[in-house]
Amino acid sequence: MIEPPLVSPPTLADAYRLLAESVYRPIAGGTDVLVQLSGQLGPPPDRLLDLWRLDELRGIELDGDALVLGALTTYSGIRRSAVCRDLLPALVEAAATVGAAQIQNRATLGGNIANASPAGDMLPVLLATDATIVVGSIRGERSIPARSFWTGYRQTALRPDEIVIRIRIPLVADRQVRFRKIGTRRAQAISKVVVGLSWVAPTSGSPWRTVRLGLGSVAERPIRVTATEAFLEGRLPTPDTAAEAAQRVAAEIQPIDDVRSTADYRRAVTARVLHRLIREAGSW
Amino acid sequence: MTVRFVVNDDPVELTVPGARRLLDVLREELGLTGTKEGCGEGECGACTVLLDGEVVDACLVPISQVDGHTVQTVEGLAARRPSVDRPAAPDDLNQLQWAFLETGGAQCGICTPGMLMAGQAFLASGAPATDAAIREAIAGNLCRCTGYTKIIEAIALAATRRDQAESLGPTSDHAGRP
Repeated sequence: MIEPPLVSPPTLADAYRLLAESVYRPIAGGTDVLVQLSGQLGPPPDRLLDLWRLDELRGIELDGDALVLGALTTYSGIRRSAVCRDLLPALVEAAATVGAAQIQNRATLGGNIANASPAGDMLPVLLATDATIVVGSIRGERSIPARSFWTGYRQTALRPDEIVIRIRIPLVADRQVRFRKIGTRRAQAISKVVVGLSWVAPTSGSPWRTVRLGLGSVAERPIRVTATEAFLEGRLPTPDTAAEAAQRVAAEIQPIDDVRSTADYRRAVTARVLHRLIREAGSW
Repeated sequence: MTVRFVVNDDPVELTVPGARRLLDVLREELGLTGTKEGCGEGECGACTVLLDGEVVDACLVPISQVDGHTVQTVEGLAARRPSVDRPAAPDDLNQLQWAFLETGGAQCGICTPGMLMAGQAFLASGAPATDAAIREAIAGNLCRCTGYTKIIEAIALAATRRDQAESLGPTSDHAGRP
């Protein structure tokens, strides 16, 4: 086991100073980074910056019309949060599908974002809810919309001295948010397909507005499928809408074959999940 | 880095690399080899220990994050710990350990310490011991021998006795023997 030098700054200001001086791999709950210390997944990080002591990055609060989660919020923290359960149950559902209790007690929302796996379970929900990723460095803070945060395979818009500090999810009146994860089993599975869907409709009979469809594990990064979103915009959740949307999403994505699944399966399942979510919304 | 924490009620102070895994510190530094390494990547749960009462995979926790916290390992479960003068005896086991013995919840033994810790955290949570709740509590622990049925029976049995003990008041046998 490789044991790179690790520093554990007591405050966020100390962390920013260290990051300004040299290149570190930040580590939050460790559930991704510790696996990399085996050296079997490529070169391990040279230096680690342990963020775990930074209580400034903890906490879940309501700020005006947004839910704000500190980057070190764990999945167990999200599952226990009454605010999250009341205001954004899809986020709680997503958190419950990550690993099992051992992982949920340590793994963090900020870590899932910065690790930038195309299979990151929470990321399609962040895309579907127009979340903003707030990042910080010694130069200050800036906000990056989730839709432009993941730039390529395991690539992010983070600069080398920046870390994710909090996540801001706008709460929109009459918005519905849905989450589905398809894996080999209910716990401990890396996803084959992850779906986050949201729309705004004052009643179940209203046409859908502001439709967002975020997908994981179907591209080199978490993506929005904007052509399918545009098709759904202004429509009612009818059988015709579901059938057409399913066809369109299958045509819009270009998944790959890998150890967890095949491109054909991912395309078929994504279409099927979208169809089912629309059917459930339409109660038919 | 110098870290101070508590393991099974004993304070510990060590100078070790901050990136060292809790698993390696327990096994190599402290000789607590009850905690097993299965996969080393958070898939199997064999190295499950309690950190501040919550289940974690000891293979995924750097020791820097344990500084100032409390760890319980499988060695800390027994109601009485063996000593030089008094070797280990069956009476030392706690309710959950007894239940594993009675139901045949242990087979090859690699998953057992992790299963016990996950089961212990579940019992301590006070959650109703439904089949679904027990299955979720051990969803992060893989067993390749028993098919889980006997493990689930063991946790359910320990939960039943916990609930009976609570309804009877503080009269249960300290060693946990039924």
